[in-house]
Amino acid sequence: MLELVIISTLNGILFGMLLFLMSSGLTVIFSMLGVLNFAHASFYMLGAFFGYQLTRWIGFWPALLIAPVLAGVIGAAVERYGLRNVHKNGHVAELLFTFGLAFAIEEVVQMIWGKSPVDYRVPALLDFPAFTIFSTNYPAYKIFMLLVAVAIFAALLIGIKKTRVGMIVQAALTHPQMVGHLGHNVGRIFMLVFGFGTALAAVAGVIAGPALVTQSNMAGLLGPILFVVVVVGGLGSLPGAFIASLLIGLLQTFAVSINGSLASLFGPLGAGYPLLSDIWNVTIAQIAPILPYVLLVLILIFRPMGLLGTRET
Amino acid sequence: MRRILTAAVLALPFLTGAAMAQETVKVAYIDPLSGGGASVGEVGLKIYQFLAEELNAKGGIGGKKVEIVPFDNKANPQESLVQAQKAIDAGIRYLTQGNGSANAAALSDFVTKHNERNPGKEVLYFNYAAVDPVLTNAKCSYWHFAWDANSDIKMEALTNYIKDTPATKKIYLINQDYSFGESVRSQAKAMLAKKRPDIQIVGDELHPLLKVTDFAPYIAKIKASGADSVITGNWGQDFALLLKAAADAGLKVNWYTYYAGGAGGPTAIKQAGLNHQVFVIGEGQANISTPSSDTFEKALRAKYDVSMWYPRAANEMRMLAAAADKAKSVDPVKVATALEGMEFEVYNGGKGTMRKDDHQFFQPMYISSFGDRSEKEAFDEEKTGWGWRLVAKIDTDKTVLPTTCQMARP
Repeated sequence: MLELVIISTLNGILFGMLLFLMSSGLTVIFSMLGVLNFAHASFYMLGAFFGYQLTRWIGFWPALLIAPVLAGVIGAAVERYGLRNVHKNGHVAELLFTFGLAFAIEEVVQMIWGKSPVDYRVPALLDFPAFTIFSTNYPAYKIFMLLVAVAIFAALLIGIKKTRVGMIVQAALTHPQMVGHLGHNVGRIFMLVFGFGTALAAVAGVIAGPALVTQSNMAGLLGPILFVVVVVGGLGSLPGAFIASLLIGLLQTFAVSINGSLASLFGPLGAGYPLLSDIWNVTIAQIAPILPYVLLVLILIFRPMGLLGTRET
Repeated sequence: MRRILTAAVLALPFLTGAAMAQETVKVAYIDPLSGGGASVGEVGLKIYQFLAEELNAKGGIGGKKVEIVPFDNKANPQESLVQAQKAIDAGIRYLTQGNGSANAAALSDFVTKHNERNPGKEVLYFNYAAVDPVLTNAKCSYWHFAWDANSDIKMEALTNYIKDTPATKKIYLINQDYSFGESVRSQAKAMLAKKRPDIQIVGDELHPLLKVTDFAPYIAKIKASGADSVITGNWGQDFALLLKAAADAGLKVNWYTYYAGGAGGPTAIKQAGLNHQVFVIGEGQANISTPSSDTFEKALRAKYDVSMWYPRAANEMRMLAAAADKAKSVDPVKVATALEGMEFEVYNGGKGTMRKDDHQFFQPMYISSFGDRSEKEAFDEEKTGWGWRLVAKIDTDKTVLPTTCQMARP
């Protein structure tokens, strides 16, 4: 039992960190530009495929640097030539634009790399078990993912709260005209922030690609849960996203390891009614993957600003 | 005038489509060609197209050219019916489909009703991969022919093999939460209880279909249970991710599977380093060597860069041709009569029979493991360098199970 608790905690933290890595860029864009980017997970996928391709050509470590830059440039271009024009027509148009973009990116990825998973591997340097607990190995690569996520969290927090750039960016969102009058190019700031956010997603892609499976539907698979992280964490709150990621990671992992059902808690109450007994006997493990969405619904009802959010969404 | 002209132009492809159907035998391939199931559907399409080319080189079906027409059902029962209707409207009389028992059940029902209402325009449904036993039992149909062994037949073979491996003491079941996964787990439990009552089922897990991104928590549970073997019907990414998590955690158990051979499976096994610890039950694989299957495998790989992991598709298409020859007609009603009870030399060698009672095809089944290759094993998979090795053969007569089918015959 103790073994399962410790291992589940570790697994939960590892998965939570991966979620944070993916949602940090979405949070940055969402909180600074007010754009709910449906295509964010697609940039994560682009990062994974760029990473895979560059790894084959020049190795993993250069790929880790170059792939996010490439994705960031594409992101910046999307903002400059797409979103900026759409922006005039309001938030719904923006939302639909990014929604369509997600499908377009998936189609392009399928055309180039096909529909089957690609053989994207953990770099040889990190391909060993870091430590063993109760005879379960923890790959060094997962620890590497954890460290990168923490480093990005710290850098982002400092960047936004403490630096001049962060201040200008925050001001540009609430008082764009004032910032413009002060001599800053607001359009360019938005473009850079969007590009930076997509680059962050691509970092997550390059790193998560070998750990999960790199294939053309990976965006659709992880996209929805990123929104859960951002909303639960609270609009505009990076620490909120961090906490929400950990919370969701742990929630899912622990739920999987619980075999209990309503029946095991309250006894076979629903035995007489076949429909009821179905619900009664579903184990918590079975519904684990939908628990984050339950959390999303509850948060929206009872605390719409999210855990650490300051504004209403 | 212009309107009539436009209408005529729009109708043209349909008219020619109907006219063409007289000269060629068209087979509608209804499977996912987009979305999550696309990788599996694409491989199947290439294999069917290759089989059609092979038949055409030998004179086609009943002297007519055969053509495979792809329809994308997006792995969705409702969409399957829409596509089937489109195929029938285009004059196609043979439908083939495989992925997903829910789609198969919907199609079987649809075809049965269509044939009742449209005498003279009957359609046959050839199911090459959906293995829910209900399709050839409670919900059997005269117009449905199943070329893959159903889930019970496969589990019977797997448990017969496990029965004779005394080292197996604790088994963990992990399956996808829908009708097929449900039938795998319940049959595994029932059959093991009869054949090896000493084996302990230490876990019985159902997880959501194609929604899990990280299987590490499930692997932690398997590890904590002390299992030495796992039985799983998982396919697609659910299989690849499960194995990947097992490899990361260093879980070394034996895996008994249905679909380890599916697209992405071999790559995942190689990455997990599970050398000859993953077993699969099926009707053949590349390294079961016969001269004709070797030639076929080489030609298929050279042309389409996929391996032949649907030997049953070859049985299906070749039996369609044989039945048309026997009936001296390509009319589905006559072909159906000819197919009933037909015996046939199957792709990997040996006799197969299409049972008249439930239209279930019985054929030799093989259990194979995946890992490094000896000199006899010529073919690798997915460029991993590893390949399939035969570990047990189950003769056709040992795969026969009773049926509860009460078929309504026309």
